[in-house]
Amino acid sequence: MSDADSNKTEPGQPSLRTTRRSFIKGVIVSGVAVSAVGYVVYERTARRPAAGAVERLITLNVNGRDRRVDVAPHETLAYTIRNKLGLTGTKVSCDRAECGACTVMLDGVTSYSCSTLTQSVRNRKIVTIEGIAGPTGGLHKVQQAMIDELGPQCGFCTSGQVVSAVALLNRNPKPTQDEARRGMSGNLCKCGAYDHYLKAVMRASQEA
Amino acid sequence: MDHKLIGKDFVVTDIEAKVTGRAKYVEDFRADGMVFCKSLTSPIPHAKIRSIDTSAALKMKGVLGILTADDVPQFPPPAQGIFAKDETFYVGEPILAVAAESEEIAVAAIEAIKIDFQELPHVVDPLESLFPGGPNARSGGNVAAGQIKLQTVKWDGADFATAGETKLPLGRPAEEWSYGDIDAGFKKAKVIVEENFVTATYSHNCMEARSAFAYWQGGKCFLYGSNQSHTAAIANISRYIGIKPDQLVFLAEFCGGGFGSKIPGYPNMAIAALMSKKINRPVMHRISRHEEYGIGSARPGFQGYVKMGFAANGKMVAADLYVVQESGPMATAGDFRAAGGALTLLYQPDAVRFRTVPVLTNTVPVGAQRGPGENQFVSVIEPMIDQAARQLNMDRIDIRIINAPDSDGKIGQDRGPLTSAFQKDALAKLKILGNWEERKKRSGQKNGTKVTGIGIGQGFHSAGSNGFDGLVRITTDGKLHIHTGVGNLGTHSHYSTARVAADLLNVNWENAIVERGDTRRGLPFNSPQAGSLTASTQSRTMYAAAMDMKDKLTDIAAQMLGGKPEDYVLGDEKVVSKSGGKSITYQQAAQKAVQLGGKYSGKEVPDELNPITKSAVAMIVGTGLIAAAKDKLPRVGTTPGLTCNLAEVEIDTETGVVEIKECFSVVDVGTVLFPLGLGHQIASGQILGIGMAHLERHIYDPKLGIPAAMGFHQSKVPTYLDIPPNIQWQAVEKPDPHHPLGIKGVGEPALGSGASCITSAIADALGGHLFNRTPVSADMILNHLSGRPPAHKPLQVNTV
Repeated sequence: MSDADSNKTEPGQPSLRTTRRSFIKGVIVSGVAVSAVGYVVYERTARRPAAGAVERLITLNVNGRDRRVDVAPHETLAYTIRNKLGLTGTKVSCDRAECGACTVMLDGVTSYSCSTLTQSVRNRKIVTIEGIAGPTGGLHKVQQAMIDELGPQCGFCTSGQVVSAVALLNRNPKPTQDEARRGMSGNLCKCGAYDHYLKAVMRASQEA
Repeated sequence: MDHKLIGKDFVVTDIEAKVTGRAKYVEDFRADGMVFCKSLTSPIPHAKIRSIDTSAALKMKGVLGILTADDVPQFPPPAQGIFAKDETFYVGEPILAVAAESEEIAVAAIEAIKIDFQELPHVVDPLESLFPGGPNARSGGNVAAGQIKLQTVKWDGADFATAGETKLPLGRPAEEWSYGDIDAGFKKAKVIVEENFVTATYSHNCMEARSAFAYWQGGKCFLYGSNQSHTAAIANISRYIGIKPDQLVFLAEFCGGGFGSKIPGYPNMAIAALMSKKINRPVMHRISRHEEYGIGSARPGFQGYVKMGFAANGKMVAADLYVVQESGPMATAGDFRAAGGALTLLYQPDAVRFRTVPVLTNTVPVGAQRGPGENQFVSVIEPMIDQAARQLNMDRIDIRIINAPDSDGKIGQDRGPLTSAFQKDALAKLKILGNWEERKKRSGQKNGTKVTGIGIGQGFHSAGSNGFDGLVRITTDGKLHIHTGVGNLGTHSHYSTARVAADLLNVNWENAIVERGDTRRGLPFNSPQAGSLTASTQSRTMYAAAMDMKDKLTDIAAQMLGGKPEDYVLGDEKVVSKSGGKSITYQQAAQKAVQLGGKYSGKEVPDELNPITKSAVAMIVGTGLIAAAKDKLPRVGTTPGLTCNLAEVEIDTETGVVEIKECFSVVDVGTVLFPLGLGHQIASGQILGIGMAHLERHIYDPKLGIPAAMGFHQSKVPTYLDIPPNIQWQAVEKPDPHHPLGIKGVGEPALGSGASCITSAIADALGGHLFNRTPVSADMILNHLSGRPPAHKPLQVNTV
């Protein structure tokens, strides 16, 4: 059965990722809701902040680097990293915290960046797919395992799958297959590549 | 033949880009001055558009232009157009698009547009439209598909009265054919299975929505699109934009899922292109998940009736099939025909009658989805085959073996031939792989609240074509460039088929460069990346090109070293004399080809090549030794890809939850081209089959015509939690004699057998109870187990 409320942490551990509820609350606080029509690319030029509005020019720590960036109050993290930082490896597919294509890590914990307000992660360490490879540019063992096991099909969900797998192995280096599939279950793949992705996660877990 | 590359695993060249996030999909591209556009889509299922007032929107700061049906090419109804004109047919249908400096402004402008709709009666259930006086989904009629012209079909009240609520009324079909004598067949049958069934319509749900990005330069339209094919889509996309094919530069390096919905291009692609032309700016047209539900296609559901007669030995002696297809509002799917084909192929009945009517509905446009028609058919029919076996007291695999095609099997109304079929061998192998004799003893076994079911499923789709153009080139640095115009759907066959050319030309894979993804690289006219075609079709296309290259290499060697071409053979990236001693490298041959010109350098090409191939060669002329050849190798008959699966499931009788414990698959796909890739197709077919069998479906409010399953989890796509821990597979590995390398395809049948083994297993767990419906939901199982009636009427569609 599909688990609509799938949670990225193992059973018994508290979920740390932003929930849809806290995202909605954040939107309400900021006073601007994203249009129901679908996701929206925001205006590029910063308007003068109104009295009491949040500061737009903020510092984000992304993949180990501090980046100064102009962020609207209602802007999502997926939008900021894709369109303002040019890190297009993070994908947007459902734009409503269902599919995990936009998964990034916030202080090591996976989060749906499509449903995270950028303003809310100012003091967090953000890791995107571009920050997964080693400092010398070598592939992470999860990435290598995904190549060896032919993990991806179309590849659109792959960035999110890789980030989730890395986060999973960081907190549980030797998961059982069942733990692995529960840990990965917040990431959808419409090609049905789950079997090969799981094999890759298990292979990576066996690497030193 | 001993091959270095064919049949071997390899690291797919573009996979590192996927695991590092460097692979670029449509929305990842940018251009200076790029602006955005958004579509205004219909909020109601069926209406006349009386007037559109865009004046307020056009005055808004940052709004750059509006594109309506008046600005775009028109296609005769009931074809799917770019924008609704005068009449809108479903919730989510694009009516116009607004371009603006930002999407935020475009959305605000859309809010400022006033449309005067006159609501018309709508219909989401085909039977309601066929009912006397029932609503038509279009003003012009309620039935259409391909060769079936738009017309109005209403059945007699008596048809409905006779059928009651539990049976499909058997009114006048739009298409009917038969062979053999079905009445005589049913008379001599020992067992007759007769059922009514429903298969749900469900979305393709591609992870990458069909966004498009376009700009114009030097009179050409540069279009970045999400497309599963490449050069096969050019003609159609050009038609949507209203330009000539050679005015289109089409960039489609990666495609985030298609499943049949992105085969020949689609109308939405033209919006970015035509908007860009109108406002003279690069235009990004991003499609939201919400919009994708409307324009992203869906597998059409069936309401059907079937009667099958079996002789004492299990042979199907007669079959009568009636399929009513929920066709959406446009004539975009021919699944119903494929259902008839699957019946004739998989069970080889002595006599068949097939009747069908594709009915238009005010739901989203439907289209081919992985195994269109065949897979809806097997998902409900395979459990009925089990029922016949039980009544005949036969083994459930044996009854399938008796009916399965061999290479003398026939297909379709015309009883056409097959190039090869080894389904009997596949089923026999499945018995061993799945430990059948032991496993089948667990049928119906109880373990606490759980009960075990063992299911068998089969899948079929034609899986090979021919007649396309191959293009390979050796450049003056000695590298082999393999030009491929198939798309990148994610099956990895764009590379596995390219390796055929390198293999046959004795080129190390490291010295081969695959040219693809951008028409400026010179891409020939190739098979659509669809219909389980690519592995078979593109490998023989590569074979044709490699043979032409081989002829040219030996020809040049003879010119350079003396003797005749047949005195030479291909060595390790060189041409060597059979007598030994003399040789030229491929690099020397390529340099010579540039000097020689003519047919060697691409200056002269065979006239029989497709115009797209000719313009591809023109882009690379003079850069080396060029071989461009049409595949004229013989192929007579349908090339069937065939699969069979075995599943063990456990049903929790307290919750209705189906847990899939183990799955096995055996495939008849001829020579195995790329084992790891084949395994991936089989596993993903099983997983998506699980979605089809007991999860995914459309829901429409019948009163309002509003869709209610628009998100991934509402649609219930399979997740990691739905899949079995280990999917095992084997191939029959008998080459197809109508293919130079024996290769057949697999993609679609893998989903059909994946779905039908689950529906079969669920029925088996419940003592053979047939739901005759996909998906089989937990609610349906619970209602059955507790003796309650189902929550829906037997032929009701769009149910929760």
